[in-house]
Amino acid sequence: MLDIATAYNKYTFLGNEFLTWIWFLIEKQENLAAIMGSKESITLEIGNSIVLENNLGDKSKEKITIKGDQAGLEEGTTALKKGAWVTEINLKCKIGEEEEYKFTIKGESFNITGLKTPTTQTSKSEDEIEGMILEKTYLLQKITGVIDSLFLKYVEKRIANDWKTKEFQEIKNWIHS
Amino acid sequence: MGLISSTHSMSRYHIEGKFETAVMEEVRKGLIKNSIPKLENVYEEISAGWTPYESPYNPDFEKFSFIFGSYFSFSLRIDKKSIPAKLIQKHMALEIEKKKEESGRDFISKNEKAEIKETITDILMHKIPSIPSIYDVLWNYEEGSLFFFTTQKAANEFFETIFLKSFDLKPIRLFPYTIVETKSKFSTDQKDNVLSLSPLKY
Repeated sequence: MLDIATAYNKYTFLGNEFLTWIWFLIEKQENLAAIMGSKESITLEIGNSIVLENNLGDKSKEKITIKGDQAGLEEGTTALKKGAWVTEINLKCKIGEEEEYKFTIKGESFNITGLKTPTTQTSKSEDEIEGMILEKTYLLQKITGVIDSLFLKYVEKRIANDWKTKEFQEIKNWIHS
Repeated sequence: MGLISSTHSMSRYHIEGKFETAVMEEVRKGLIKNSIPKLENVYEEISAGWTPYESPYNPDFEKFSFIFGSYFSFSLRIDKKSIPAKLIQKHMALEIEKKKEESGRDFISKNEKAEIKETITDILMHKIPSIPSIYDVLWNYEEGSLFFFTTQKAANEFFETIFLKSFDLKPIRLFPYTIVETKSKFSTDQKDNVLSLSPLKY
């Protein structure tokens, strides 16, 4: 394994590419359950924020932040056309019919902030704490499992021989459409 | 923002290695060995250690459990003293005035000022109480995965150091590269292909 700090900096782009791919999947209404081989239905929506960054070549960066529940994403698509990447995105993920998760994920670190899971029981009596922890753990593992599976699926596509002729072209067409 | 709050912020780790002997006993020993001291050391700027999940201010792992189903859960408490800059400024001004009066001079040298600042910082550090911050940990030992409920860099660094010291197991932060290394079923060739990737241009 590479040195952790070196690997963190060197492969930041892979996380940002992944988040950009997520946006592409959402826009194209791709069937995520089929991509991941999941028995449960999985849908993703862009939540209330998206951050894009564009390296300007001289070590400076252009940062575009779009916030708001019904915000238009036109500035975001323009930034993509200029070569920007999604570096942070707020997502709503629905697993099955009822489980809804909301969270913000960063491309470089995969840090998750503001994560809201489906509602769990709230009583705090001592004998119920174990039940609450187990229930919460189940939900947290489920959503992080979805993120990891999708990410590894992206990487699998990215290193495939037909990447340049298939998925890459489709994303390119979407960005420049 | 902890384990059973309504909103979470978290970073994730892969835990490399396994215990060779009784797992629960090893975890218990590690937690007790590096639990946060019950009594505050008035001279320490930062003090950090484990506390039971259910009892953040009484680090008693004999009384409170760290085992929940097949998971281990406990908290990292970091007590930090922080002296507001304006408080130091105020005491400095008063002390400098006093020194001028006592010496009959109308100036104080740079070295004297540095000495005054050091003394004042020591006195205030002694007087000021620590502010505790509590970060929950959820460890799935069998799967070698762990959630740490914060994304603050300093807390993550404390966690990584104290975890290794306590259990002699290395926590590896999960981010794009380490997810591929620890969670994928990719072949060696596929992993090599990942290593040779470079950023795309659309």
